[in-house]
Amino acid sequence: MRTYQELIEKALEKKTAISEIILNEEAENTGQPRELLLKKMQQNYFVMQEAVANGLTGKWKSFSGLVGGDAALMENFRIQKKSLLGERVNQAAARAIAVAEVNAGMGRIVAAPTAGSCGVLPGVLLTVRDILGCSDEKVIMSLFTAAGLGMVIAERASVSGAEGGCQAEIGSAAGMAAAAAVELAGGLPATTAHAAALALKSFLGLVCDPVAGLVEVPCVKRNAMAAVIALTAAEMALAGIKSAIPLDEVIDAMASIGRSMPCSLKETAQGGLAVTPTALNIKSRGQIL
Amino acid sequence: MKASVFDMLGPIMVGPSSSHTAGAVRLGLMARKVLGGKPQEARILLHGSFAETGKGHGTHLALTAGLLGMQPDDERIRFAPKLAEEAGMNIIFENVNLGEVHPNSVKFYLTGNNKEKAVIRGASIGGGRIVITEVDEFTVEFTGEYPTLILLYADSPGMIAEITKILAQAGINIAQMRVAREGKGKRALAIIETDELLISEVIEKIKQLSKIERVMFIEPLS
Repeated sequence: MRTYQELIEKALEKKTAISEIILNEEAENTGQPRELLLKKMQQNYFVMQEAVANGLTGKWKSFSGLVGGDAALMENFRIQKKSLLGERVNQAAARAIAVAEVNAGMGRIVAAPTAGSCGVLPGVLLTVRDILGCSDEKVIMSLFTAAGLGMVIAERASVSGAEGGCQAEIGSAAGMAAAAAVELAGGLPATTAHAAALALKSFLGLVCDPVAGLVEVPCVKRNAMAAVIALTAAEMALAGIKSAIPLDEVIDAMASIGRSMPCSLKETAQGGLAVTPTALNIKSRGQIL
Repeated sequence: MKASVFDMLGPIMVGPSSSHTAGAVRLGLMARKVLGGKPQEARILLHGSFAETGKGHGTHLALTAGLLGMQPDDERIRFAPKLAEEAGMNIIFENVNLGEVHPNSVKFYLTGNNKEKAVIRGASIGGGRIVITEVDEFTVEFTGEYPTLILLYADSPGMIAEITKILAQAGINIAQMRVAREGKGKRALAIIETDELLISEVIEKIKQLSKIERVMFIEPLS
């Protein structure tokens, strides 16, 4: 099975970034030219930005009525200069919620790695771009690093809530975002791994317990939490803090935790938050459509 | 299957669920392709998780959008029922138990403009990917990721050789192939997934074979 460590070694050997290694491998494996792959990734980046802008209007409501309008609340709070987190971190969280709300309201998003966790990467990367003034080209390249880590996780563990619980979706998204943020900030390949490991460790054991089986509660708000944790993990790694457990071992731990998680906590809506009195009440009211 | 970069970042899709929404659009699209055009009547049976949480995930809208020919990233998906009505499409949904099948399964009974009929069953298996498991009472298995040729013919020695000879002469490579039959000498079904698209002359040549009853060619989902 592939490891993230081998990506780091290849990057060191070729004196380049993880994103370059991933882009070259993808070109080799698919036979598609580099320019085409960059163009496809640029399309993803456009849709991410479009979804952020869409979501911040606050006009999106899910069909169940359970989620919608929270991104705008967060944004207004920032505009009123009341933010505790600071403007930038507030923005990362608001953008993550925005995209997840667009998803819940049947708007267009990029699954990253899944639809339920689609807000984390745009929330983090657009914000790091704004802080550092990075070019769009650099952000697009950093998405290849995120995808490369996603591929390692998909092979060694899973990115599906039904297989591995929420840790596999929102945890993977946070790890991918942290790694990409470090690369965007000019961190070394090994630093991207520490950031991803720190982020991923914060979500180990997180179960998938959606109310009424919908990608709404708690999914939408978890996108904001994951964006903030990813930023924190990137900052810690860039500051020189190391994960005591290497990334590949953290991923394996996530896989093993996912396997021992009962089915009731893996996207079946039969445990956790999904069976709280309030959740059951929501479900029985059939507050849907 | 090895993941690619765009399995991890993508697909671009309308939410909220890759399996219950994006996959459902693709199932609708595939059903439309099997029928060979826009259905006028559709009876859609929902099974398992599609029946239980489908409404909240817009599965009904997504299946309808697919039948209308929309792609999974089409922002008009949420208006699909109205667009279907405008297109003169009559759709009814029923929640049923289809037995021991994938939890995200659906079965379509479609009637086209010229009274042509098709029955299609399929499942959404995660990440927007689908598998078609039944076409007109035949058990099948194809994903819509390849150009797919579905052939109904009378079982007889040499049929497969004749079909594959036509494909080979046209320079078409077979990626996967499955053959099933009702019994020796009875009706048989072949599903051939190819690397290349088939041009109409090739399809015509296959139609000319003496024992062929029906030929369907389905272009891959994009």
